Amino acid sequence: MEIIKANTAINFMGQRNIALIISAIILAIGVASLFTRSINFGLDFTGGTLIEVAYPSAPELTEVRQALTDAGFDDFTVQTFGTPREIVVRMPADQDDETGADLSTAVLRALSTQEPGIDLRRVEFVGPQVGQELAEQGGLAMLYALIGILLYVSFRFQWRFAVGAVAALVHDVLLVVGILSLFQVNFDLTVVAAILAVIGYSLNDTIVLYDRLRENFRVKRKGTPIELCNLSINQMLGRTLMTSLTTLLVLLALFYFGGEIIHAFAFTLIIGVIVGTYSSIYIAGNAAIILGVTKQDLMPVEKEGEDQPDIEVLPERFRRSEGT
Amino acid sequence: MNRFPPWKYALLVIALGVGLVYALPNLFGDDPAVQVSSIRGFELPRDMPTQVEGVLSTAGIEFGAIEFEPRRLLVRLDNVDRQGRAAEALAEALGEDYVVALNLAPSTPTWLRALRAEPMVLGLDLQGGVHFLMQVDMDTARTQQLERFVVSVRNLLRDEQIRYRSVRLDRNQIIAELRSPEDRERALRVLGREIDELVLETRDGSETFNIRASIDEDVLRELQQTALRQNITTLRNRVNELGVAEPVIQQQGSDRIVVQLPGVQDTARAKQVLGSTATVEYRGVDEQNDPFEAQRTGRIPPQSLLYFMRDGTPILLSRTVIASGDNLINAQAGFDSQTGSPNVVVSLDGPGARRMLEHTTQNVGNRMAVVFIEHRPEVREENGVEIHSTRRVEEVISAAVTREPFGGRFQTTGLGSATEASQLAMLLRAGALAAPMQIIEERTVGPSLGQDNIDQGFRSVMIGFALVLVVMAIYYKVFGLVANIALTANLVLIVALLSMLGATLTLPGIAGIVLTVGMAVDANVLIYERIREELRNGNSPQAAIRSGYEKAFSTIADANVTTLIAAVVLFLFGTGPIKGFAVTLSLGIVTSMFTAIIGTRGVVHLIYGRKKRIQALAI
Repeated sequence: MEIIKANTAINFMGQRNIALIISAIILAIGVASLFTRSINFGLDFTGGTLIEVAYPSAPELTEVRQALTDAGFDDFTVQTFGTPREIVVRMPADQDDETGADLSTAVLRALSTQEPGIDLRRVEFVGPQVGQELAEQGGLAMLYALIGILLYVSFRFQWRFAVGAVAALVHDVLLVVGILSLFQVNFDLTVVAAILAVIGYSLNDTIVLYDRLRENFRVKRKGTPIELCNLSINQMLGRTLMTSLTTLLVLLALFYFGGEIIHAFAFTLIIGVIVGTYSSIYIAGNAAIILGVTKQDLMPVEKEGEDQPDIEVLPERFRRSEGT
Repeated sequence: MNRFPPWKYALLVIALGVGLVYALPNLFGDDPAVQVSSIRGFELPRDMPTQVEGVLSTAGIEFGAIEFEPRRLLVRLDNVDRQGRAAEALAEALGEDYVVALNLAPSTPTWLRALRAEPMVLGLDLQGGVHFLMQVDMDTARTQQLERFVVSVRNLLRDEQIRYRSVRLDRNQIIAELRSPEDRERALRVLGREIDELVLETRDGSETFNIRASIDEDVLRELQQTALRQNITTLRNRVNELGVAEPVIQQQGSDRIVVQLPGVQDTARAKQVLGSTATVEYRGVDEQNDPFEAQRTGRIPPQSLLYFMRDGTPILLSRTVIASGDNLINAQAGFDSQTGSPNVVVSLDGPGARRMLEHTTQNVGNRMAVVFIEHRPEVREENGVEIHSTRRVEEVISAAVTREPFGGRFQTTGLGSATEASQLAMLLRAGALAAPMQIIEERTVGPSLGQDNIDQGFRSVMIGFALVLVVMAIYYKVFGLVANIALTANLVLIVALLSMLGATLTLPGIAGIVLTVGMAVDANVLIYERIREELRNGNSPQAAIRSGYEKAFSTIADANVTTLIAAVVLFLFGTGPIKGFAVTLSLGIVTSMFTAIIGTRGVVHLIYGRKKRIQALAI
């Protein structure tokens, strides 16, 4: 079975300006959302207390709130979590963090006075100082990952490709974070892990494309970089779609069956895989071309007596008159 | 003809065989078990297994194998009901010196255990439990230390009859104000000789001649390390009170301690216990009166108090406290330089040292005792209501004869063994005034959520896996089935590696496995698409297979190395949940490369490699 016919010749690069405009628009929306709505940072980064409790039957949220108010709490939110029987109580980080760790105990006592049959599911308390450290570590991790990748790709390919790959990655991260902000997804440590996995995935896609691009640059006698880029993308299209499909399948399984805690993680990855697939086609290839990759850049250093690569002719369907 | 050299097949078979063996223990469940350990983390007496057997036989509870290690004993039981009854019987029979905890023992068959094959360890988010991150307040620890030095400096100056105007603490420095340059010279000499932990500087005040003293950087670092170790010891003691089967107490960074208590649900009690306090007191022994007589008649001499040794023998101690935990600076187990026998070297601060000198000068030949005092939280049930309270527990942990007068630094010898010495030192340190700690992070997962996480994690792996298998089989036919074998092998290898490394499986870790399953397909897809391409270009099936694998290799390597970079960075910088994800992701990348490149090729060669002519490939 084949999704992509052998002689597919979609003119991806012909639409590259449209793609750039679409990217720019979505990015603009995302960034605007980042500035106006900001990111819905989770407890891991803001610090605070979270208590998840399961009730025997769906509780009236107003009653739960009343019980907490009666017990002397004022700054809290109560929401259902996953099912109507489960609720989450969130409290901001107490500046006077001496009492932080005891807060959860007090909340739990107040809740069980109102309904003795409750089952404690989860307590998370993160001191403000820890939250800040986790945020710094997450940011640093992303930075170091990008630097490491930049170095590796420069070493294996060429700096133009490295810049292209990192441009694609920055594009992906910004887009994903923008979308997370737009949907106000709870941004916690698992989301950071998911974003780093997106970086890994998107990069994987980009490298596969570059690898083919390099090969085509070396063996095809004719063809402009744009034509060769188009050829490479089309050659890899079957693979790109197939891998994205299987990855999306497992992610959907994770999203629907993995439980509420893993939801944000799975959501981020789903968005990331879609964005990453798109970006390796339009952004990574485009960036390399805009930066002016030429055949000479990719020719292996010729050695005495080494076999020259076979020179192949560019297929008819990829030849275009100059200027398109 | 496409053939593999035999060694490659051998490698495949061995890798898969080893993988299967080490993944196997995860299929066996756990046995309910009861764990017995010493409340202070000491080694158990050698006859413990016999004792336990005796208790359980008398109580008429059938039990399985007993595993005995120096520090813990594990009895397997057939069901939860017997486990509960056995724990109750043992707790009652063994008394307060032992912790009897419910535990789960992996029911790995003996032959697997002989190969050191163990199941994966489940993280707290899967088995339920409490995770605390505690911050040790080093500023306070330093101030405490400085205050001790202030007292020592005052005493020294007084002893040497150097007149001073004041000795006080100014932020992180001690300032001694003296009246004349000559006094200062003498003070500098004395202080430099007696207290080598301090760095001394001279500074003139408006009317006085000052010495500024600060703690030496190296000493300070060592003090912090000691404070941290002391707090870890104290925490370990406390945690034992909770009867947790496998607690984790570890240093994190320079001033933090991680405490993980699997299976603990009652966080309120856990916090209370971790926060409880202990101290030690040095008291003289009343050698004039007979403690047995006092115990029997209940008539205790007015200047004395009745205490008990750890083995239950009564002892009469003076009402006056010579020194207490507040005065204790350090206690270190070692060996006496002269006799070579085990000892404990104790250092006291100024006031403690002075009282100690006073006491020992008058009491050479008499015994001096160390009392360990603990406030243990307790839960009683009264009329169906749980009542939380603390109980003061006092016991005499050592009573040794004073051979000659001593002050701030002395040693206790005559200890039975090196173990006994280290136990005494540990208890003394636990009773010393520790640096304050506070909980800065808590993560508790209830048992129901833990089970849900396991179920949901397992279900999503299975469903995702099944979907991928179906898609691959439809899309690549025979080659798809080969890829499916590789994917399954991949899953087995990941589980085996996680088990072998003793890695902890967490929910994000499961997510990493799921993601790996999706991404592991990529290497296969790359190869198969390449083979299809080669076929289209008119190559023969055999040649297409060969160049498909060869040409796809560099792509696969490049793509996986970059992903691996991201995973390794995640591992290095991540904490907790992120680390678990990074571990499974990195392992998955490595195993998927192995199975896709070598594994599938081996199988493909077996299917197609021997035939000279193939009309078409089912791809």
